[in-house]
Amino acid sequence: MKSSEKIEAKRVFKSTTNALAEVREFVDELAARFGFGDKEVSEITLAVDEACTNVIKHAYKGKPDAEFEVRVLATGREFQIVVRDWGASFKPDEVPVPNIRDKYRKHKAGGLGIFLMKKLMDTVEYQDRDTSNEVRLVRYLRNEQKS
Amino acid sequence: MNEFKVLTRESGNAVVMELQGFLDAHTAPDLEKTFSELMSKGKYNIVVNFDALNYISSAGLGVFMAYIDEVRNNHGDIKLANMQQKVFNVFDLLGFPYLYEIYKDQEEALKKFNSR
Repeated sequence: MKSSEKIEAKRVFKSTTNALAEVREFVDELAARFGFGDKEVSEITLAVDEACTNVIKHAYKGKPDAEFEVRVLATGREFQIVVRDWGASFKPDEVPVPNIRDKYRKHKAGGLGIFLMKKLMDTVEYQDRDTSNEVRLVRYLRNEQKS
Repeated sequence: MNEFKVLTRESGNAVVMELQGFLDAHTAPDLEKTFSELMSKGKYNIVVNFDALNYISSAGLGVFMAYIDEVRNNHGDIKLANMQQKVFNVFDLLGFPYLYEIYKDQEEALKKFNSR
């Protein structure tokens, strides 16, 4: 039986959408190394992409010279990703749960990212710190993946 | 680098849009541009072939939502085809199968337009 190794890794990215491919590559590799299957790796990577897209578009409002940090802490069965930025704080409670039909009528895709993150991850938590914001995403390794 | 490409070609009374690569917040503007060009040319019968698309995030999904009203108001449609399972899963999570026709094969989607 392969046991999941402990992983601690951190990388800093520029706040441009160009960085999203690098973020995905970073998370993809670590999630696979931890023992997730292909489907789960894709889901985790997508959730992190959505979190970082929100940082780039909303926290930094497209300002390209800022930075954000992606930290992966994985141990036991818990794979945790923390995305941290130093931009405008984000109030997830103010983002309504999207009704796809409504969104479709209003031509708006905003809020879909948060909705996806919540569907794809076991935990999605926002924390407003003094000078930074953090979103913590957790996905647990299930039994059948640890083979 | 995760690249993205859109190729379009006419087929009967429809336009086939072939997507390749990675569709995220970085590349979604390219897709938007293609849709916008089709709208300005009055091309509203659109089949999107996802066969070579490896990845989509909500920024990409948003583009399809942005144009569907204009297309349907002009008696056209955006029909989706040939999705890889992992791409379909994202559409499915967001309830797109209730709003868009999704086909296994592009030819089936084209037939729907050509039989009109």
